[in-house]
Amino acid sequence: MSRHLRNRIQDLIFKYLGIVSTSVGILLLAVFIGSILKDGLGRIDWEFLTNLPSRKAENAGILTAWAGSLWLFVMTAVISIPVGVAAGIYLEEYSVKNRFSSMLEVNITNLAGVPSVIYGILGLEIFVRTMRFGGSLLAGACTLALLILPIIIVATREAIKAVPSTIKEASFGMGATKWQTLRYQILPAAGGGIATGIILALSRAIGETAPVIVIGALAYVPFVPKGPMDEFTVLPIQIFNWTSRPDPAFITNAAAGIIILLGVTFLLNGIAVYLRYRWQKKVSW
Amino acid sequence: MRCSKFFPLFVSAVSATILMGCGSGSSTDSGESGTINIDGSSTVYPITEAIAEEFRTVSPDVRVTIGISGTGGGFKKFARGETVISDASRPIKDSEAKACQENNITYVELTVAYDGLAVVVNKENDWATSLTAEELKKIWEPAAQETIVKWNQIRPEFPDEDLSLLGPGTASGTFDYFTEAIVGESGASRGDYMPSEDDHVLVQGVAGNKYALGFFGLAYYQENADRLKLVAVDGGNGPILPSLNTVKNGEYTPLSRPIFIYVSNEGAKRPEVVKFVEFYLQNAANLVTDVGYIPLPNQEYQTQLEKFRTFVQESQV
Repeated sequence: MSRHLRNRIQDLIFKYLGIVSTSVGILLLAVFIGSILKDGLGRIDWEFLTNLPSRKAENAGILTAWAGSLWLFVMTAVISIPVGVAAGIYLEEYSVKNRFSSMLEVNITNLAGVPSVIYGILGLEIFVRTMRFGGSLLAGACTLALLILPIIIVATREAIKAVPSTIKEASFGMGATKWQTLRYQILPAAGGGIATGIILALSRAIGETAPVIVIGALAYVPFVPKGPMDEFTVLPIQIFNWTSRPDPAFITNAAAGIIILLGVTFLLNGIAVYLRYRWQKKVSW
Repeated sequence: MRCSKFFPLFVSAVSATILMGCGSGSSTDSGESGTINIDGSSTVYPITEAIAEEFRTVSPDVRVTIGISGTGGGFKKFARGETVISDASRPIKDSEAKACQENNITYVELTVAYDGLAVVVNKENDWATSLTAEELKKIWEPAAQETIVKWNQIRPEFPDEDLSLLGPGTASGTFDYFTEAIVGESGASRGDYMPSEDDHVLVQGVAGNKYALGFFGLAYYQENADRLKLVAVDGGNGPILPSLNTVKNGEYTPLSRPIFIYVSNEGAKRPEVVKFVEFYLQNAANLVTDVGYIPLPNQEYQTQLEKFRTFVQESQV
């Protein structure tokens, strides 16, 4: 066999391997979404979105669950974005490179891999008990913010790193200060990447169940939260709760709840893609 | 320690939060309406949920919230005074009672329903119509692991076929209860069975295998009665099938148990909590059946109600 032919064959093998690997993921997702849609789509109507929880599957709705999820999403964003982005900028642009800062970096990267239930336990001790927030939205949002901070920090740093250093040097060369360089050159250029990181982190946060259960989010909440100190429930808990009920009609409800949660996640990811696109178009050097 | 490296960030996160918290108007428990915080067993949850749902029509301004931290988790909050009612699928433990005492919390235990466990086999299983508690122990005790693997090891006349076992996972209260009632020690079980936290999986598993045997809450059997066969359990007085009557009158032993709510003295001082608990005991008989549990005899609810009213009076001091 000639070397030429062997190389061609290797190339083909790799190509098909790649196709198989890609389709495994897509197929699994398609099967999952297909079966969920089949089970739950018929259940979704206006009543399902606006009803309170009920013991009767056909009356049960997810109003308080999605309202709780929305509250939690907004509050987590308000807490985690400023802190996470500021920390990322500091670590990338200001911190002096020494043993302490490199240790800090390694640990933040490690924190991104800590199981979420551990954050729940941390949140329970610090926010719920020590700071006496109780099982409120505020405690939930603080806990989830802690959970996604490492992700936002890492994403911010990566986005800043991706800005060509020539831009930075040119800015300094024109006599700009560090802040001016950050404000007018680096952040606009890195903004798309940072926004994408933030939204991906936040969509992880709204899908979390374990940490919010640990801090005391509830299963039955017959009212929409009115302020950050109110008790709450979220979509994943409602879904989890329904899947453990004996009546099969609750399984249909759970499927319908999953569709709503998936829809929200897709919407958020869509916004992330759109933001990145808009942002990148604006930047021109 | 990781946390300490993370501390500067953490401090900023916390201070941001405090600022936010101060700006917001926090809700309080005072006033006519009030909030009733309930937490505890997920076994009792469906009943309390049903009651809370109906209670909305009577007192729409009272906000009832229910958590599912489990019986133990619920009692922890109860002992800290974070909840006024605790759902429990077993009586309070000494250590939990002591924790309540340390915080000056007194309580009353009210039985609200019975919960039965069903032992089930496949529809096509025509040999195992009843099993004794001894036989169930022989099947499920830790020593049975990799030893009792054929049906004819349970009883010689059973077929010489592989025994396939299914049951709830070790984290569930049902598992604790079954092992305690059958093996004699909570949590002691063989490990080589197929566990699932999802009872629907257990139903599927038994319905799909002629030689399967499983156990779960009676409510799950009732929902899937057409696909499974119930096994009568002989606790010493002959084989008894679990049913509304046999659980209610205590014949179906040892796999039926009472389930409870606990109300604290703090709760008994608040009119909306008293109203809720009275409503609970007055309406449980109907609603308990709705969600698949077995109600107490009517006069027993009356007894519980009187027990509660006495406790309310004692708590007013």
